[in-house]
Amino acid sequence: MADRAPGFATLAVHAGAQPDPTTGARATPIYQTTSFVFDDVDHAASLFGLQAFGNIYTRIGNPTNAVLEERVAALEGGTAALAVASGHAAEFLIFHALLQPGDEFVASKKLYGGSINQFNHSYKSFNWNVVWADQDDVSSFERAITPKTKAIFIESIANPAGEITDIAAISAIAKKHGLPLIVDNTLATPYLIRPFEHGADIIVHSATKFLGGHGNSIGGVIVDGGSFDWIKSGRYPFLTSPRPEYGGIVLAETFGNFAFAIATRVLGLRDLGPALSPFNAFQILTGIETLPLRMERHCANALKVAEFLSTHAKVAWVSYPGLPGDKGHALAQKYTPKGAGAVFTFGLKGGFDAGVKLVSEVQLFSHLANVGDTRSLIIHPASTTHRQLSDAQKTVAGAGPEVVRLSVGIEDPADIIADLDKALGAV
Amino acid sequence: MGRPVNHDHYPDAYIRAILGEAKVVAMVGASANAVRPSYFVLKYLLDRGYRVHPVNPGLAGQEILGCRVYGSLAAIPEPVDMVDIFRNAEAAAAVVDEALALPTPPKVVWMQLSVRNDEAAARAETAGLKVVMNRCPKIELGRLSSEISWMGVNSRTISAKRAPQLKSGKFQKLGLRQTFEGSD
Ligand SMILES: Cc1ncc(COP(=O)(O)O)c(C=O)c1O
Repeated sequence: MADRAPGFATLAVHAGAQPDPTTGARATPIYQTTSFVFDDVDHAASLFGLQAFGNIYTRIGNPTNAVLEERVAALEGGTAALAVASGHAAEFLIFHALLQPGDEFVASKKLYGGSINQFNHSYKSFNWNVVWADQDDVSSFERAITPKTKAIFIESIANPAGEITDIAAISAIAKKHGLPLIVDNTLATPYLIRPFEHGADIIVHSATKFLGGHGNSIGGVIVDGGSFDWIKSGRYPFLTSPRPEYGGIVLAETFGNFAFAIATRVLGLRDLGPALSPFNAFQILTGIETLPLRMERHCANALKVAEFLSTHAKVAWVSYPGLPGDKGHALAQKYTPKGAGAVFTFGLKGGFDAGVKLVSEVQLFSHLANVGDTRSLIIHPASTTHRQLSDAQKTVAGAGPEVVRLSVGIEDPADIIADLDKALGAV
Repeated sequence: MGRPVNHDHYPDAYIRAILGEAKVVAMVGASANAVRPSYFVLKYLLDRGYRVHPVNPGLAGQEILGCRVYGSLAAIPEPVDMVDIFRNAEAAAAVVDEALALPTPPKVVWMQLSVRNDEAAARAETAGLKVVMNRCPKIELGRLSSEISWMGVNSRTISAKRAPQLKSGKFQKLGLRQTFEGSD
């Protein structure tokens, strides 16, 4: 018997979830409990010693969250995953497992603004030092590597402008230097890009966005690709030195190709504490069941909106790699044949004032600081999220005074376009 | 005999049958060190109701987790269903030959994660044994019962059938369940 791996849409509905063993409930129950009873004292000891699989306390693991973890691991083609309270918490736990004080990591300059803040400022308290590289010049990643570098961090589709990153080229540099490549796959989701297939070692998600997809729950997920050889590298003591908290276990020896995910759970999540509420896990899981359908519609709508804007008299430029003339179109054809995502930016000829006017004129688009909702969303970064930066800094961050970011929803495309058209008329 | 087993990819049904039928396991290369992987597996197999005989010449006569350790497979006083080998690929060949020479050979030879010896496997298969290589029975039991899913691990299985609870009546122990294998 030759068996066949289930397809993406089947995994989106089923992976990690089976009828509840005690009640037969078919939907995944919300296990809204802090703790789980032990079968006996020996069982408790086995669980605390990581010798048995099982549930102890929801800060370390929860059966609802576990379904979400396995679902995302399956969709990404990873070995294991960990769900946490937010995308930022997921990023934090990844670096906590990889970096010692004084270490460096290389990150693309084109990232979600919150990640730029986190790396530039908060991480300084831990003496974790970011070195920035330019994804439009892949060799800049190699030049940024020093003997202290422990990881490389990129976004598959970069927020805010929707640019597509050459993951395979950056992975080649990471492999040459023996570094794990971390890819934030939030804006692509595994439906559009599966970064492990292009050489990523660790994937991070803000599940808040397209995975959950309905703008109702904050969450984050870390996925272990199982590809990085921690023991051979010897540079990641968190995984390869005996852990006193667990009687001297070496996580990379005991847990093999899912050791990274286990490390972020049993050391990171357990000790730092950003646990995901099981209710949020349930909401995100329900969202993921329709991920393929939603992404298809998001991308189709985004392309129509980008085409409309690209010929509009008041629009100076549109940055959407799905458009044939876009500078990222070749990368889009390689990495996102099913669609180039639904988050992108465009520039208004009328500059800052036109941006402010546009977000106040729209009626269907919601003016807010999120992406990846069923609803269409709009923001003028220069007057909101990037307000505190100088004009020069704004331009580097892709948030110049004329820039507007859209997250195109799954409404009727004609209505989305009509709303923009009317608002542009008033600008 | 059906088609030869593909040792790069075992169907779930093949592993499920082996782990469901075995009752008595000899563990060659068992360690008394509580943080070694073999100790974890021994403890887990005992928890799930298997009878396990550790084999380690250096510890013969001592006990690990209440099980008497034997110096060789031949010294175990009863026939075993499966030999689980925690040795490197080269040493595994000698263990396989030792198993095949037993008055009642085992039904299954299992080599641990990262251990693979195709010549030894072929000898065992010719003698009618089933062989699993480069796998861990704890992980496979966890996958096929879905217990491993509690740790966020990708079990690479999907199923619309619930996992049975084990007769032990314990909460956090599940039996092996049927899984969807879309066969071509
Ligand atoms: C690409 C990307 N990564 C990470 C985050 C942070 O995620 P969260 O808001 O869930 O903490 C966001 C949020 O906007 C994002 O867009």
